[in-house]
Amino acid sequence: MSEATPVPDAKPWNDPSAVPFLQINNVTKKFGSFTAVNNVSLDVYKGEIFCLLGGSGCGKSTLLRMLSGFEDLSSGQIIIDGQDQAGIAPYDRPTNMMFQSYALFPHMSVEKNIAYGLKRDGLPKAEIATRVTEMLSLVQMDDFATRKPHQLSGGQRQRVALARSLVKKPKLLMLDEPLGALDKKLREETQFELINIQESLGVTFVVVTHDQEEAMTLSSRIGVMTAGQIVQVGTPREIYEFPQNRFVADFIGSVNIFEGRITEDGEDHVMVRSPDAGGDIYVPHGISGVIGQKVAVAVRPEKVQISKGDLGDLRNKLSGTIDEIAYLGNSSVYQVRLDSGKMLRVSQSNQARSEESALTYKDRVNLGWAGSAGIVVTS
Amino acid sequence: MNSLPLGSRIGALLGRMGLKGRLLVIAIPTVWLLVFFLIPFLVVAKISFSEAAIARPPYLPITEWVDGFFTINLNFGNYMFLLEDPLYVAAYLGSVKIAAISTIIALLIGYPMAYLIARSAPERRNLLLMMVILPFWTSFLLRVYAWIGFLKGNGIINNLLMNVGIIDEPLVMLQTDFAVYVGVVYTYLPFMILPLYANLVKLDEAYLEASADLGARPVTTFFTVTLPLSMSGIIAGCMLVFIPAVGEFVIPALLGGPDTLMIGQVLWNEFFSNRDWPIASSVAIVMLFVLVIPIMLLRWAQASGGGES
Ligand SMILES: Nc1ncnc2c1ncn2[C@@H]1O[C@H](COP(=O)(O)OP(=O)(O)OP(=O)(O)O)[C@@H](O)[C@H]1O
Ligand SMILES: [Mg+2]
Repeated sequence: MSEATPVPDAKPWNDPSAVPFLQINNVTKKFGSFTAVNNVSLDVYKGEIFCLLGGSGCGKSTLLRMLSGFEDLSSGQIIIDGQDQAGIAPYDRPTNMMFQSYALFPHMSVEKNIAYGLKRDGLPKAEIATRVTEMLSLVQMDDFATRKPHQLSGGQRQRVALARSLVKKPKLLMLDEPLGALDKKLREETQFELINIQESLGVTFVVVTHDQEEAMTLSSRIGVMTAGQIVQVGTPREIYEFPQNRFVADFIGSVNIFEGRITEDGEDHVMVRSPDAGGDIYVPHGISGVIGQKVAVAVRPEKVQISKGDLGDLRNKLSGTIDEIAYLGNSSVYQVRLDSGKMLRVSQSNQARSEESALTYKDRVNLGWAGSAGIVVTS
Repeated sequence: MNSLPLGSRIGALLGRMGLKGRLLVIAIPTVWLLVFFLIPFLVVAKISFSEAAIARPPYLPITEWVDGFFTINLNFGNYMFLLEDPLYVAAYLGSVKIAAISTIIALLIGYPMAYLIARSAPERRNLLLMMVILPFWTSFLLRVYAWIGFLKGNGIINNLLMNVGIIDEPLVMLQTDFAVYVGVVYTYLPFMILPLYANLVKLDEAYLEASADLGARPVTTFFTVTLPLSMSGIIAGCMLVFIPAVGEFVIPALLGGPDTLMIGQVLWNEFFSNRDWPIASSVAIVMLFVLVIPIMLLRWAQASGGGES
């Protein structure tokens, strides 16, 4: 296992003949007149760690609850491992879920909680004991085996809940905000453990998270949700570099948005006239739009170059005054007021900065970005 | 001063008497217990150590002045008598048996009812609870009398069964232990349902979902999750039925037969028929000690029920 085995289907979602392990087809969930999940379709392939990312109340938990069988679908279909899940009770599904509220049994000790699912499968006592011990050390809770949940801290409870859902090694494992209450170090360790578990057991994960960084680290692909709908599905890189719309661009990382209209639709580029930028913005390949169409150009702060001197050969150039500087250690973030009045966010790695070119408050600066740094987003 | 609202004037008055806020909150139930429990208890305890006499009141004082000395005459004879006469031991055991069996029956009937009410839609729960409490609005005596009409030889149940043709002869139900069980379970069922309901309605559905998610069928979930988590409600309900049922005397008097022996009736007879207040008092004191264990259990259940979840 140490040697990275060549995975033929490293990107099964690009292979039209691959059969998804989990198929969610046009699933809708209504609570009364309120639509919590709106016509969601999604394919997740075997061995993926699929992250659902979205704001609070966008329907992530509801979607997981439908996969687990706790909520009926208002319409649509869920297929797991080739089997339509309609009418299959939660206890007969090949899934386990880590609940957002943990739902640890308050009358059972930590080890009893973890052993619960294994006991239901009627495994021999000795095997249950070994697997529980394994899990306890995985989540670093060995010393707490006999405690009751109410004697644990929030993060410790979260780890027990995680262990309880992992221990059965289900075909499909759903984690609802699994690492939110852990400190940074433990969270990173657990993330790598999850990836290890995925690689060694071939379990398919659907993970809900608020945390983009976590989604980036963990996932094979990310589904961005808002208001009950999935707005984009893609690898972390695709989601970050090529957001399909403004919501995604804005939600993942920070971004500068220039409103404008297409003035030129060339062979290999478009020009967008933006009053925000005080001129035209050049964007190579991207959408082909109609002249006059309203669009927005998104530029990530770290893709913008900033200097008091000449920036050299960049396709897009602007200038402005530094309004605010935030020093973040490994990088600095500048808020620059453009001549048009718009604020532009620029981040620069501090390693590349030499003393004499140090930028300060109220400095006049030149700004620019390569043509390929901008992305045109509609809607 | 006169412009102050009544409440704050009373507050000021009590304040001058040294009773304020927290102290007042503790003082009221303490005074209540003192006046309505401890003092009567001491009076009864005192009588239980005295000797019966044809007098008014019908017992001799336990303290007197003999030749200028203050003397206390404690008479343990009443308690010895309770132990010697098998009637009393049998009556205690009979009461505990009838109360225990009734409690179990009430639990078996009450648990499913409480469970269903707790799991029904929130807007229907109040209606269902209302129906549980509704019988309290009529006199308890009246309701026990009504059972006579159901259970007697030519009563409603026998007539119904004979008309349908299930039985030829009327069943003897009235004046049996069976009738006592019916009466006790019927009367005390709400005391079982209410604490169970209060417990079960708090049970977080997520635990049941987690159990199902981990592969437990509903029956398993019930025994491994629901039942253990409702244990404090079960104990509270059982004690609320068991404790008053042990001392019950109206139901066995009205529905029971000649061989239904319960300590409540014995107490009543000693007090009103034999006018032996000292024996009656010692019967009452012993009953109290018989009930100490279940009362402690009840307190424990309430304490742990309050601390949980
Ligand atoms: N049983 C229910 N009845 C009515 N509305 C519900 C119910 N469950 C969820 N909702 C609503 O559905 C929407 C989606 O809820 P859900 O729990 O799926 O959000 P979420 O994306 O998991 O949010 P969070 O990140 O805060 O956990 C919310 O607006 C919520 O109020
Ligand atoms: Mg949620």
